Formats: sequence, structure tokens, C-alpha cells
Amino acid sequence: MEPIRKHQGLVYPLNRANIDTDQIIPKQFLKRISRQGFGQFVFYNWRFDSKGELREDFSLNQPKYKGTSILVAGENFGCGSSREHAPWAIQDYGFRVVIAPSYADIFYNNCTKNGILPVQLTEEEVQTLIQNAETESYYLTVDLEEKKVYDNQGFETSFEIDDYKREMLLNGWDEIAVTLTHADKISQFEEARK
Amino acid sequence: MRKPKTIIEKIWEKHVVHEEANKPDLLYIDLHLIHEVTSPQAFEGLRMNNRKVRRPELTYATMDHNVPTIHRNVIKDEVSKTQMETLKTNCDEFGVPLADIHHPDQGIVHVIGPELGLTQPGKTIVCGDSHTSTHGAFGALAFGIGTSEVEHVLATQTIWQAKPKTLNVKVNGKLGTGVTAKDLILAIIGKFGVKFGTGYVIEYTGEAVRDLSMEGRMTVCNMSIEAGARAGLISPDDTTIEFLRGKRHVPQGEAFDKAAEEWKALATDEGAVYDEVVEINADEIEPQVTWGTNPGMCIPVSANVPIPEESENAIEHDEIGRALEYMGLDGGEPISSVNIEHVFIGSCTNSRLSDLRKAASIVKGNKVNPNVKAIVVPGSFSVKAQAEEEGIDQIFKDAGFEWREAGCSMCLAMNDDVVPEGERCASTSNRNFEGRQGTGARTHLVSPEMAAAAAIKGHFVDVRHLGVPTPS
Repeated sequence: MEPIRKHQGLVYPLNRANIDTDQIIPKQFLKRISRQGFGQFVFYNWRFDSKGELREDFSLNQPKYKGTSILVAGENFGCGSSREHAPWAIQDYGFRVVIAPSYADIFYNNCTKNGILPVQLTEEEVQTLIQNAETESYYLTVDLEEKKVYDNQGFETSFEIDDYKREMLLNGWDEIAVTLTHADKISQFEEARK
Repeated sequence: MRKPKTIIEKIWEKHVVHEEANKPDLLYIDLHLIHEVTSPQAFEGLRMNNRKVRRPELTYATMDHNVPTIHRNVIKDEVSKTQMETLKTNCDEFGVPLADIHHPDQGIVHVIGPELGLTQPGKTIVCGDSHTSTHGAFGALAFGIGTSEVEHVLATQTIWQAKPKTLNVKVNGKLGTGVTAKDLILAIIGKFGVKFGTGYVIEYTGEAVRDLSMEGRMTVCNMSIEAGARAGLISPDDTTIEFLRGKRHVPQGEAFDKAAEEWKALATDEGAVYDEVVEINADEIEPQVTWGTNPGMCIPVSANVPIPEESENAIEHDEIGRALEYMGLDGGEPISSVNIEHVFIGSCTNSRLSDLRKAASIVKGNKVNPNVKAIVVPGSFSVKAQAEEEGIDQIFKDAGFEWREAGCSMCLAMNDDVVPEGERCASTSNRNFEGRQGTGARTHLVSPEMAAAAAIKGHFVDVRHLGVPTPS
């Protein structure tokens, strides 16, 4: 996967809690057998009406968020189905970073396997970012090495992330290759159980 | 004296392959279940890197999400067909056992695992499906994973996992007559919210949980993920052992009795400490109906739909308002006055033989309301065959239900079983998310008994007051 160390980008605010993976990518788009091409379907039922026309009242369709790469949303983001098509869709649309007060476990994990950085900030900080991004073209820098998020107007905060996940994301490692360096231990474990 | 441990700690310790400070543990996986939707990219990854499936015999595949439930051979959607064919090709190439749509062991992956005895106490079980938590009913540590993790488990038979925190959901007292396992888990999520389990593995304990059948326990554990917990489990006891006895993949004869002793020893020790404990009183729980767009938005059938203005916090206010708008409901209206157009009895939550028996006992001698289209989708080929042997299919058909082939069906509507836009469905499934059963479809989650009652009346009704005997 593509490493992520420091990312600067336009923020897209989606001020809703409990956004489930059925909203991120509806089930009718899960039938592909490749990892690519899911971006066009992200938030499909919110972005398009029943005739397939763009809904202008949905904020992601507004020109001011064109080129966004940082998604900021409410708590429990990515709950529900384990479908990895959700992070694939988010990434393929152009997002590299998600910021929320909390995440569903499986979604969070899935992000880190695909080079998407899920940042957890406090509810208050997230609300500040959402307000800023709703009122102006708002850019943030997310620095994974320093575990910091900041803008050029004085907002700065730090976040926590598991060392292992941080290392994987910073280096873009193939996790299976890392695990296979422990192949002997796996074999020993299997032998011991026989 | 040895420190008392929870079952979660005991299973964990038996599966750690490698541990290092400040890193997740490398955990061994005993059973890897596979289906057609979340596996193709994983097999493709193996192929690209010239990797093999490490333990094909610990892997088991079936087709469930996309499968047609009317005619097995009529798959209108070419893309669905490709996905099923791809699973067949992958299983053949990598040597993974597969129950395809014509196989007598086919069914919803979380129904067939227990049915075949693949699911056993103490096992670590994963599947690229969030409802893998179902298998926790047997005292297994079972959780859903993403496709990258599916690929990882295929290649290494292990997974990196941070040790979870433990949460005891203690259910005091007994459930009332006509109140089911589904009502219990909905009431738990309704009370504590859709994220109270995040970061935890839940163990369900207490008298009402002990009293549940294995099918009821599966229903409860199945929806652990709707509370945010990746896994939920119940310590094994005699109910567990008797369910498993004689199943195809469990040890037989004396070996079974020996295994049964080991399984029972996994149960949480007296005095073991959890990171968190919550309690709920079973006797206060009524039959539940969800009114909104997540499973936490549920109320007793006797209650009214919430009013946004009565909410104290702004985010919740907006959430309620948006959910009511999507659901086409007015704040304050009694949920029992809401008319429905569809009934779906099925899904990995409620499609087992006892679910169908209970629903049939309500349906018997009644007719589906003329405004309602009702379907029953058994959880597996085997459930369907047994139900037909008992004549349950005939009860449903006589009442006007459609009797279908096994699969996930209208729970997520990936096949042709879709609820049309703006129409309302009483569903025994697990998710009432926007668009889940079809774009613009409105889902109300209920128990099989409540779904059957709604099918007859055309609106929600307290199954206990229907004037027909309610199964205990």
C-alpha cells in the first residue's frame, strides 16, 4: 500500500454520527471482484437521487469541496458491515485521511490496511473543524510522524495511534510479508497443538 | 490460588503465536469462513503474490449473500453470477471446501457453521462478515474482518489483534412469555446505544441468557456488532454441549465427552473481573420494534415514536429528525399504528428452525393481510428440508407467505429480494440502516413472532395480545 507520512488537503465536513458502511457504499456495488473503481459509488444514496441524478443539496456535490482529501465526520464512523469496499470507495474518491471522534473497530482496521489514516480527535475538536470547513475552503495538515493535526490559523492538536499501525502506514508495508517473518513461530504453534 | 479468568482471556491465551511489547498479538485462527462477496479480492491478492492458502482444511466456503431464493438456476444479474463463479474457481484452485448453491450444506455462513459442528467452544473464528459474532453463542471467540484480513488469514492462518477489553452484559431475571432473544438484544442496544461495545468483547451472562436455547443465544451474539462490539460470547454449558452432540464435525463417542469437559472448563471463572459491567432486567423487556435507521433506535411495541424536540442534545435531535424523515414517521405516533407492506422472516439473526417454528405457530390458521407481501427465507438448505419435513412450509404457504430457498436475501437485498422505495418492511434481520433492504426502503427490526403477527394484521401488534398462543 502507499505510505502516508504527512498529508495536506482540503477538508470535507460531514456532520452526522453513526455513518454506517451501507451509507459509505451501498450493497448493489459490492459485486465487483477487484479492489478498484469504487470511488464513483461513495455515499451513493446521498449523492444521487433515485433516477441517478446528482443531488445538489448534498454537500459533497458542491464545487467548493472538489478535490477534497480529508473527510471529517461524527462519532462511530464506519459502523455496521465489515465490507472493505467502504475504505476502498473512500480512498478511490480521493480521501487519504478520515477524522472523527470515534470509529467502528473493523472499519478503522480496514483503513489502516489500505493506506488511509483514521485520526481520532475529541468531539469538540471535530466540531471546530466541521464548522471551519462548512464556512470556508479549509485546509489541514495531518502529520503521522509527529501525530499532529494543524491548520495555518493556529489550530493544532495531537492524536493517538497504535505504534504498530503507525509503522505500517508510515512504511506502507505488506502486512502478510511482515507476518511471514514469524512463519517459524506459526509452524511451532501448529506442531505443539498436534 | 490461580487468578480467576474470563472465557475471553482463556481463549486468547491459548491462541497467541507471538507477542511483543506495544504491538498487537499474533493470534492463531482455528476456523476461517468464506463467502462470495468479501473474498474475491483476497484470493486475487494471494495469486498476485504467488501465495498459497496455509490451511485449506481450516477454511470453509459457501455462497449466501448474492444467491437467488426463487429459482436456484436463474441468476439474472451477471455481476452476481461472476462473483459466485469466482468463488468456485478460487476454492477449486486453492483447495478450499465449498458448499455452493446446489450443495445440501449450503446456507447462510453463520447458520451452517453451527449446524455442521464446525463452530465449537474455544475456537477462534473469523469471516469477512461482521455477523461472525454469531458463533460466540458457543463460547468461541468469533469476529468479523475485512478483505485484507481475509487474505492475511488465508496466507498465514493468523491475525494481528490488540487484546480487547472485556465487557459483561448481565441480564438479570427471566424474559416474560412471548418476549424473545431478539427483543432482548434489541432492548440491550436500545438501552446502551450502538457504540457501547466498541473496543470490547462482550460476554452475556445472567439467568435469562442461561435460559436461552442455542438458537436464541446465536440471535443475541449475532447482534453484538450492532452494539459496536466485534465479538460477543456466552460461556459454554450443558445447552451448548447437547446442541453439539452428534454434529458432523465434532468429535464422536468418548472423544466427544472428553471435548465436552474441556469446553465446559472454558467458562468464565467465579470471581473473574471484567473491564466493564452493565446490567439489564429481563422482566422489564417488552417485544421491541425499531422505528429509525440504526438498531439502537428501538422502542417497546406499546410505545410511541420519539419526538426530536424532546431530545436534549443537538446532534441527537438532528439524528432523530433525519431518521423520522427517512422512515416517513411522525414523532409521537404509536408504533403499533404503523402499516407495513412487507414481511421478511430470515437472515443470520433469525432464520433457524426454531425461529421458523415459532413464527409458524403464530401464522397457523391465519392469513397474511392483503396489503402485505410476506416471504420466509430459511437460513440453510438443511433448515429448509427439516421445516418441510415438519410441514412448517405448508403452514406459511397456506397463510399466503412465499417459501424460498436459503440465503441472506432481503436482509441486505443483494439479490432480487428488494423492498421498493418508500415501502415498509417488518424484518427479522439485524440492520435498519438507510437503503439496507433497497434504496429508500424502510426497515423495522422485530422478532420472528412479531414479524408473523405483523404479517397477519398489516401493522405492528403486541404478539402477546394477538389472541393466539405465544411460544415461551
